[in-house]
Amino acid sequence: MFAAENGLKGDPRLEAISAAIRVVPNFPKKGIMFQDITTLLLDHKAFKHTIDIFVDRYKDMQISVVAGVEARGFMFGPSIALAIGAKFVPLRKPGKLPGKVISESYELEYGHDRLEMHVDAVEPRERVIIIDDLVATGGTLSAAISLMESQGAEVVECACVIGLPEVKGQHKLKGKPLYVLVEPSGLDGFC
Amino acid sequence: MQTIIALAPLVSHRLCLAPPPFPRHRLLCRRAPSIRLPSHRSSTTSFRLLSSFAASRDSEMATEDGQDPRIPKIASSIRVIPDFPKPGIMFHDITTLLLDTEAFKDTIDLFVERYKGKGISVVAGVEARGFIFGPPIALAIGAKFVPMRKPKKLPGKVISEEYSLEYGTDKIEMHVGAVEPGERAIIIDDLIATGGTLSAAVRLLERVGVKIVECACVIELPECKGREKLGETPLFILISSA
Repeated sequence: MFAAENGLKGDPRLEAISAAIRVVPNFPKKGIMFQDITTLLLDHKAFKHTIDIFVDRYKDMQISVVAGVEARGFMFGPSIALAIGAKFVPLRKPGKLPGKVISESYELEYGHDRLEMHVDAVEPRERVIIIDDLVATGGTLSAAISLMESQGAEVVECACVIGLPEVKGQHKLKGKPLYVLVEPSGLDGFC
Repeated sequence: MQTIIALAPLVSHRLCLAPPPFPRHRLLCRRAPSIRLPSHRSSTTSFRLLSSFAASRDSEMATEDGQDPRIPKIASSIRVIPDFPKPGIMFHDITTLLLDTEAFKDTIDLFVERYKGKGISVVAGVEARGFIFGPPIALAIGAKFVPMRKPKKLPGKVISEEYSLEYGTDKIEMHVGAVEPGERAIIIDDLIATGGTLSAAVRLLERVGVKIVECACVIELPECKGREKLGETPLFILISSA
């Protein structure tokens, strides 16, 4: 669900966050309006707002694991984990993690890939949130949910800064709640 | 979970082409060294302490006055995995540090305490593990976070800098306009080995007029001589793994 529909309607922080995100047309290929969060990271106030909103939401939910999807999930996840006293677990592209891993394949908005996690990173019954910068089709997040559930952990929610139109009105992902801060900017005329 | 602290004395980091400083038989006879825990007071102090350690390799690891008490726990939370990504490399795995909430918090706090209030407006982090440590530091000290990425990942206009690998070259990229001339920056990565990536990051930022106050890493592999490669640029590290 979108933050504005879930208690943060009219919150000026959401507007600041949205305004700080840059749209880059035709990246990585023609027709894609790429939502560039690097400009959000350059805006200290807006970046702090982003983390604060997620921390406020999750700090009293007994979350012991924040999992972040490589690589932009790494930019948001650790700060949230530190603030709520949870572990940070990186979910990575194949071949990057040095220890024993489990992996799950998934389809991207443009292409397909695999996601890996260390086998000893989460324990059964741990409560997990999964972070990424953006959710489009939900393929990556679904793979992340599968990884967690294969270890007996409970995914409490998936959280993203930006949610593409495909997910609007779609509150659940593979049965799990989805929490999104803002819609993408600059999508007039987007296919 | 069991964590192993690094140390096989025979480690021949394939990344590091220089031969070990001592004849092999002495390395065989030498007991496994402990992780060197330098003082965090200043990078020049760290360098002198490391030099004195290198000169007396068989001595006990001393705990210097001023040693921050948080560092041993951070060191023990890092897992070493042999032969990854290839035989001969002792890979320092910081993912186990990230699972230890206290050790991870202490790691960030140590960097934040060092850099807060020093007029640093840019924290640059090297893909991908620099993305884990950099943003929390940036947020805490009021700086922007600038990701320095492998080629073709950044969507906007970029500038790039090439650097040497053991075999071949690679490139590091940054968005044009992410930083401005005269800004003061620190560059973060989880580990420095040969210093190839970090020195490329330094060159990239300096080309656009940024002053690099310091490079900061959790771990240094001193035998790989990354500190030398950084030349005049100061290096601050929490743990030295010899």
